[in-house]
Amino acid sequence: MQTTPTKVSSPASGAAAIGKSVVVKGDIYSREDLYVDGEVEGTIEVQEHRLTVGPNGRVKAAVRAREAVIRGTVHGDIEAIDRIDVRKEAKVVGDLRTTRIAIEEGAYFKGSVDVVRKPAPAAEGRGSGPPASREAPQPASAAGASATPARRS
Amino acid sequence: MRERTKRSLGLAQFVEAVRDETGLSILDLGEISQPNVSFITGLGHRLYSVDFVRTLDSITVPEDPPGGPSQRNRIEAFIDQTLGYEPESIDGVFAWDALEHLNRPLLLAVVDRLYEILRPGACLLAFFHAAEAGEWAPVYSYRIVGPDTLQLTFRTQRRPVERFNNRGIEKLFERYESVKFFLSRDHIREVIVHR
Repeated sequence: MQTTPTKVSSPASGAAAIGKSVVVKGDIYSREDLYVDGEVEGTIEVQEHRLTVGPNGRVKAAVRAREAVIRGTVHGDIEAIDRIDVRKEAKVVGDLRTTRIAIEEGAYFKGSVDVVRKPAPAAEGRGSGPPASREAPQPASAAGASATPARRS
Repeated sequence: MRERTKRSLGLAQFVEAVRDETGLSILDLGEISQPNVSFITGLGHRLYSVDFVRTLDSITVPEDPPGGPSQRNRIEAFIDQTLGYEPESIDGVFAWDALEHLNRPLLLAVVDRLYEILRPGACLLAFFHAAEAGEWAPVYSYRIVGPDTLQLTFRTQRRPVERFNNRGIEKLFERYESVKFFLSRDHIREVIVHR
């Protein structure tokens, strides 16, 4: 599914921003777009908005957003309702779950990509779902966000 | 030539094996690319990605005698970083040409781990260049542009550690259920292996 990347080179006006010399450890909830060019360790939730990780951004967190644009480093799972853009300079280690995804040539990615289909309103309801699928396995690496997948027991 | 397309009977067979179900887990050992993400997720599957060649370069440690401690550590580190999945949890693997760049001890360990993580009946697609051992061979990014068509983009050159003929490949995958070869006109031996 080819998507057109959104142009983002700096924090959009009106977006909250974490500058490149800022370190945040903990949980971030935002009700506006968020630009992270510093370091964040914890969780990031911008459910209705866009998260942009800038070129200097280093995020070690589970991320939930409407849209995520990654130009820096992310270690953690990313769930975005609308789309995920992984730019060429990005390094992402984690599992991605979204409805649309764009990954540029040159990006480093390790993890899984799960593209979920938005259910059509008329198709919702019992008996109208997609064909039965095999239960998703749990590769050891899917359990966390570490660069080294957990060893099997 | 930096970029070219090729028909791939191996890819066609792989796609045939995974197209009738959804929700399968497909592991791609090549460089992540939008065409592969789109193709695999478009079939309703989940794509797992780890760039074997890039990881191989990133964990190189000084050589020591075969079987020595740092070689064993390196093999373990590589396996953990790239194939740390639960047993029988993967439904298909695109190995592309990554396997021919592994030295023998690492190659054997990788093929063994792949056997463990693949579900019975799952398939693996691998390519082996017909170059002699020690000759430079191109390393490509393989992008799926159709159910039987690949776009090959040149990444770099490496010297395959050994030359693989059909017998050598059969022996390498002797634990597996079946091995099938397709020799294409571009001197790439395509191999479909069933677990």
